[in-house]
Amino acid sequence: MIDRETVKNVARLARLGLSEEEVDTFKNQLSSILGHIQILQEADVSGVSPVAHASRLTNITRADVPQLSYPPEVLLANAPDQEDNFLKVNAVLEDA
Amino acid sequence: MAKLYTLSIHEAAELLRQRKISSVELTQAHLDRIREVEPNVNAFTLVTDDLAMKQARAADQRLASGENLHPLTGIPIAIKDVICTKHITTTAGSRILENFKPPYDAAVMERLHAAGIVMVGKTNMDEFAMGSSTEHSAFFPTRNPWDLERTPGGSSGGSAAAVAAGMAMGSYGSDTGGSIRQPGSLCNLVGLKPTYGRVSRFGLIAFGSSLDQIGPFARNTRDAAILLQAIAGHDPRDATSSLQPVQDYSAALTSSIKGLRIGVPEEYWVEGTQPAVVKVVRQAIERLRDLGAEISLVSLPHTKYGVAAYYIIAPAEASANLARYDGVKYGYSYRDTSEMWEAMEKTREFGFGAEVKRRIMLGTYALSAGYYDAYYIRAQKIRALIAQDFEKAFEHFDVLVSPACPTVAFKLGEISDPYQMYLQDVFTIPANLAGICGVSIPGGFSEGLPVGLQLLGNIFREDSILRTADAFEHDTDYHKQWPGNL
Repeated sequence: MIDRETVKNVARLARLGLSEEEVDTFKNQLSSILGHIQILQEADVSGVSPVAHASRLTNITRADVPQLSYPPEVLLANAPDQEDNFLKVNAVLEDA
Repeated sequence: MAKLYTLSIHEAAELLRQRKISSVELTQAHLDRIREVEPNVNAFTLVTDDLAMKQARAADQRLASGENLHPLTGIPIAIKDVICTKHITTTAGSRILENFKPPYDAAVMERLHAAGIVMVGKTNMDEFAMGSSTEHSAFFPTRNPWDLERTPGGSSGGSAAAVAAGMAMGSYGSDTGGSIRQPGSLCNLVGLKPTYGRVSRFGLIAFGSSLDQIGPFARNTRDAAILLQAIAGHDPRDATSSLQPVQDYSAALTSSIKGLRIGVPEEYWVEGTQPAVVKVVRQAIERLRDLGAEISLVSLPHTKYGVAAYYIIAPAEASANLARYDGVKYGYSYRDTSEMWEAMEKTREFGFGAEVKRRIMLGTYALSAGYYDAYYIRAQKIRALIAQDFEKAFEHFDVLVSPACPTVAFKLGEISDPYQMYLQDVFTIPANLAGICGVSIPGGFSEGLPVGLQLLGNIFREDSILRTADAFEHDTDYHKQWPGNL
């Protein structure tokens, strides 16, 4: 029930590169998994509110107090590329 | 004296306190054991032997002073590699984090260091905690100490194997759908998933944020109580962590379950469960009855939807959580292009393994326009129904009992179909969806392989399941067995 185009579209949404072989594999595997998951459509969920989490807590707030965080060098220590304490990335906008 | 690595935590703590042994001796015994059996087991992604010896010497000084002692002071512990350890490589079992050194400790590590543990290493796992066998580790599979041809379970398989093999006295893992209880079951350990919100997730690399919870592995219930006590409690940095006061778990171990109301869920006896597992668990239930518990059947009618609802919700959350791995801030980065989107897509193509990709795809699909209501919202409604099943059951019962896992440890490579692997968690998933606590304990053996008994408790009633586990342990010697052919 999942075709190659759907796989490619979902992969694009997730920014996930896939080889042609993976596209075929996921087409079959996702179809199979979703087939098993169809059982969800059988359940009577009329009048039931969806729950997003298992916590009994809601709207946890805290005072907005400025506090020290980590120095930039510490947070950038794992960065693949950086310059002058900034993360360095490929150009996001093309030249006009 | 018995070999030091075979001691329990509570026995070792007493010997350390009386200064009959030192933490340096105890730690050396475990590092020796690692040298001896780790080449066959492969439980660790990193053995931190220098750090361990340094911490052991500090623990001995603390023990000598007699001040500020904790039951875990000087005790060798292993940590699942999904828990951030400051300046110590934390991979989550993934190529994408192969060289990642966190700038901070997870909240549980802060607590454990304050207690004075000795960390012997970081343990192997399925990539980003997605899997039930450690075969989805980007590095290597871990082997089950009970049978090296078989899996220790997963995703916290390394943490389980390390304790089962005597390479650590206790360990910590994470459980999103069964990742502590299933390997606990396959490795003959006490593996406990606390109530959602009992333990801070700050510094736990996220998989399914509404489901994830850190918990301990131990070789007996008293040790599990100590290990849980050390990490339980509120942390303002995790908004889902609870202010509910923490119970005294060791005090809950009264060794009596007379009059305790134990329910046996009718829906947990499903096709696909190995007859040997059913037999062992039925015998264990009879033993609980003999110990004075009141046993009766209970219905959890929405159980059959659990795995399906989970495999929408957990991948949906994972697809969002794993969006952060873009090759920009940390981790593996594809550099061989100047095009931004291509760099990001290739980073994720080469950085993630097959199971992680599968779940990102499944989650993204379930959240995409046109499928959101049919899959994601519907799964969340079923999640509400499953939680209600448990709420009703716990009006009449203190503890529910079932198999922890439908099978004993399976052979590495035996399960290749993704959905068949997902079914390993059929009995453990509902507790994560409902946020209740659960523990797998040594329930018996089938042809030399361990069978786990699962005990489920209401929210914040870890005392009930630990008390039941302890009483069962007093009446059995399964937990005292060691893997013979290591």
